[in-house]
Amino acid sequence: MVEVVVFAVAGAACLVGAVGVVLSRNPVHAALMLVMTLFGIAVLFVALQAHFIAAVQVIVYAGAIVVLFLFVIMLLGVDRAAELSLGALPAQRWTAAAFGLGGAAVLVWLVAAVDRIFKGAHSYELERAGIVVTEADAPATSYATDVSAIARSLFSEYVYAFELTSLLLIVAVIGTVILARRSGYSEHGGESAPAENAPASQEARQ
Amino acid sequence: MSGLDVTTGWYLTLGAMLFLIGGTGLLVRRNPLIMLMCVELMLNGVNLSFIAFADRFGDVHGHTVVLFVLVVAAAEVVVGLGLVVAVLRASPRATADDLSALKG
Repeated sequence: MVEVVVFAVAGAACLVGAVGVVLSRNPVHAALMLVMTLFGIAVLFVALQAHFIAAVQVIVYAGAIVVLFLFVIMLLGVDRAAELSLGALPAQRWTAAAFGLGGAAVLVWLVAAVDRIFKGAHSYELERAGIVVTEADAPATSYATDVSAIARSLFSEYVYAFELTSLLLIVAVIGTVILARRSGYSEHGGESAPAENAPASQEARQ
Repeated sequence: MSGLDVTTGWYLTLGAMLFLIGGTGLLVRRNPLIMLMCVELMLNGVNLSFIAFADRFGDVHGHTVVLFVLVVAAAEVVVGLGLVVAVLRASPRATADDLSALKG
């Protein structure tokens, strides 16, 4: 019963936060609603025995990504409240409505199908292993979800993907620095500072 | 145990709803910042599904995939926000519809 209450509260926080992100006019409010959704998902991760992922979720998402969002919002100024209805294309609205409703239908059908397949596949696998369980306690199979188990799969089976991830992060950092630098030059193009800075940076490159 | 247990299907449904809300917001909203937040919502819906599957099948690989998704999401947000800052500095009231001016 505790699980149901936890799921209900965290799931409601997720959904309210998600709808708030979509509907809020102020980008700061949208970012705070995003925090609510991310915390709800972290709680659900804990309920699913994924404690390390829950901690990473809070640290990376709520601690880094949302802070980055808020930083950019503050950098650009929050006085412009985004207009919800300002000149939205009618075709865009219809496309969104079709996506929402059609996607809802498809996903409900998919989830129902997957759930049906689960019951078959799960009992089949367990039968092969010689274990008899009832449906109620089936999901709580004990498997190692601690940091060492994740690290074992991360650094053995997925080690190439892990190395590619480091390459991706380096490319992202370099690209962002280049983007920020170039926009700074174009903004202050009329002043005398870039004329002095540009030869200096060329010298620095050599 | 009563008949009311939290099954994997509940988590999958919630993940699908988050994905759909994020996708609909991505199509409706035109502020680039909020569009990026909607992408984050979609990614989180998928992450929830991954963890639910991992819990269901007792397979830790779902956790590893979620870690990769987190890293890629962080890189995507960094580059995306860099682009947003660059565009909005040049034209402060730009929406996503105005970004077609970048072509050519």
